[in-house]
Amino acid sequence: MLKEKYQKEIDEIISRYPVKRSALIPLLYLAQQEHGYVTEAAMKEIAQLLKLTPPQVYETVTFYTVLNLKPVGKFHMQVCKSLMCALAGSDTVLGWIKTKLGIAPGESTPDGLFTLSAVECLASCGTAPMMQINDDYYEQLTEAKVDKILGDLKTTGTSDLKSGPYMWPLPVDAVRREG
Amino acid sequence: MPKHELILLKNMSQPGYSGSLADYEATGGYQALRATLGKTAPADVTTAVRKSGLRGRGGAGFPTGVKWGFLPKDYQGPRYLCCNADESEPGTFKDRQLMERDPHQMLEGIVLACYAIGAEYAYIYIRGEMVLGSKILEQAIGEARAAGYIGHNILGTGTHVDVWVHRGAGAYICGEETALLESLEGKRGLPRIKPPFPATHGLYNKPTVVNNVETLANLPHILTRGAEWFAAIGSPPKSTGTRVFCVSGHVKRPGNYEVPMGVTFRELVYEHAGGMRSNKPIKAFIPGGASAPFLTPDHLDVKMDFESVAAAGSMLGSGGVTVMEEGTSMVWAALRLMEFFYHESCGKCSPCREGSSWLVQTMRRIMAKRGRMEDLETLLDLCKNIAGRTVCAFGDAEVAPIQSTLKYWRDEYVSLIREAEAADLIMPEAAGVRH
Ligand SMILES: Cc1cc2nc3c(=O)[nH]c(=O)nc-3n(C[C@H](O)[C@H](O)[C@H](O)COP(=O)(O)O)c2cc1C
Ligand code: SF4
Ligand code: FES
Repeated sequence: MLKEKYQKEIDEIISRYPVKRSALIPLLYLAQQEHGYVTEAAMKEIAQLLKLTPPQVYETVTFYTVLNLKPVGKFHMQVCKSLMCALAGSDTVLGWIKTKLGIAPGESTPDGLFTLSAVECLASCGTAPMMQINDDYYEQLTEAKVDKILGDLKTTGTSDLKSGPYMWPLPVDAVRREG
Repeated sequence: MPKHELILLKNMSQPGYSGSLADYEATGGYQALRATLGKTAPADVTTAVRKSGLRGRGGAGFPTGVKWGFLPKDYQGPRYLCCNADESEPGTFKDRQLMERDPHQMLEGIVLACYAIGAEYAYIYIRGEMVLGSKILEQAIGEARAAGYIGHNILGTGTHVDVWVHRGAGAYICGEETALLESLEGKRGLPRIKPPFPATHGLYNKPTVVNNVETLANLPHILTRGAEWFAAIGSPPKSTGTRVFCVSGHVKRPGNYEVPMGVTFRELVYEHAGGMRSNKPIKAFIPGGASAPFLTPDHLDVKMDFESVAAAGSMLGSGGVTVMEEGTSMVWAALRLMEFFYHESCGKCSPCREGSSWLVQTMRRIMAKRGRMEDLETLLDLCKNIAGRTVCAFGDAEVAPIQSTLKYWRDEYVSLIREAEAADLIMPEAAGVRH
């Protein structure tokens, strides 16, 4: 049950809105964070918390791509395939990952570590090609970077290649430091 | 060094600027708020914004001060401000930078807007994928609250403004302002039929203003330096101020460039973005995000202001400029965008829901060299029956790539179809399995 573990967070979230239903997506995020996807039990519990019917919760969940109704791999690799990334080679990036992990978009590796998806624009077109893995963005991808990211994730669960606060081109001083 | 004075990107372009409250205050941050709250009447703030000529940076370009003026004057109940940080239009990545690198600039704008319209609650609706951005904003709100810039009785002026971050969950349509409101109410993000407009019936049916991140980030500068100062920048009188243009595609230096409205695409592409990646000539560019019709090299000297781009047959939209070099297939490019629109149609109205599926299938067939000449008429016919006949402006947007590429590069469609026809002559049996 979410309530036992997150009572304080839940109360705080609900208090932000004059109408309880507005807390629905934030609570669904809480549920997804807990289980990796939104379970049926969580939907029922959230319905009760917000005085909604379970179908009202379900119809909302199904509208949004970030909310998963099925378990996904520990690392959900979402490669942007929209036009601006495609101009910069996103199809090639998908190809690398397919070869390296042996999975096509929509599939997961048998060990449950990786799920691959091809997704639409993630607001990084200036630093294309790019992908999002769980909460983090990885940009200006090259094959060497993809290799390092996959290796890092397998060994440490995270990678220092992930993006910080976005700015491109970088301010002049940073360019000097990095160059 | 940039050859134009930076306004919105100025702080973050300084060496070592971290975006913290201390850094923001050190550059004069929150001075507009100090000088305005309790000192200038809210109506005068709206007047100043109207005089500045500021127009919305989210896509539609509606004059901001005029929009605020639509809120009912005598209404006693709550009002809301929603900051549209959904930034999902392919080709657009400026709001992300404004939020993640200088969050207080935007927060100061939010409080100023709330003061002007009498709203005590603001929600920042940020796209769900931007987890880092939402964390940065939450931290900045915490800092501003502790310093008394946000919350109850701001700086002792009797103004109350509370600000929350609300994450969307991955649906392009939630950038449309009424879909955003539905989503914020915890529902599926289906646009509402307008009128009534959010100004009178918005969030929870209460008077509401929805403004884009970049629009709001301009407010502290307008109030500090004056409406006249702002109104003189760019292409007055109708396109004032700067825009942060997001340049992507086949250029040497893609990225965000802030320039006064009215510079030409040529200057943006060749001077700021460094010209073409492989020194091939430009074949096509999109001037304002995926929803804007494609333009050709003949349009490179068009000025980047609302009127000039509209006169050239496209729109300045969200400021996303995507450049494509010679050799890029325009049918392929239009199909990529069509796949996006097909994926993102919310399904509320039939011309868009059914039409997007027809369009994408017809385009896929042509691209796969299985098209027929009649398909071109079908495409145009479908486009005509979608645009202007839908609940929201998504319908007009989704036909732009196909209509404009058919207008300028019809020969590319034709030659793919000719190849299909030639293949059929050799293998007549294939004709039967074309669909
Ligand atoms: C399909 C569609 C998607 C939109 N997406 C966004 C968006 O991501 N961000 C945004 O600020 N405005 C977006 N808009 C425009 C908003 O509806 C609205 O006009 C804008 O947020 C108003 O703010 P502004 O006046 O400050 O530009 C979109 C509009 C449509 C029709
Ligand atoms: S035009 Fe498309 S996106 Fe807009 S309401 Fe209709 S179906 Fe939804
Ligand atoms: S097209 Fe890939 S991030 Fe925009």
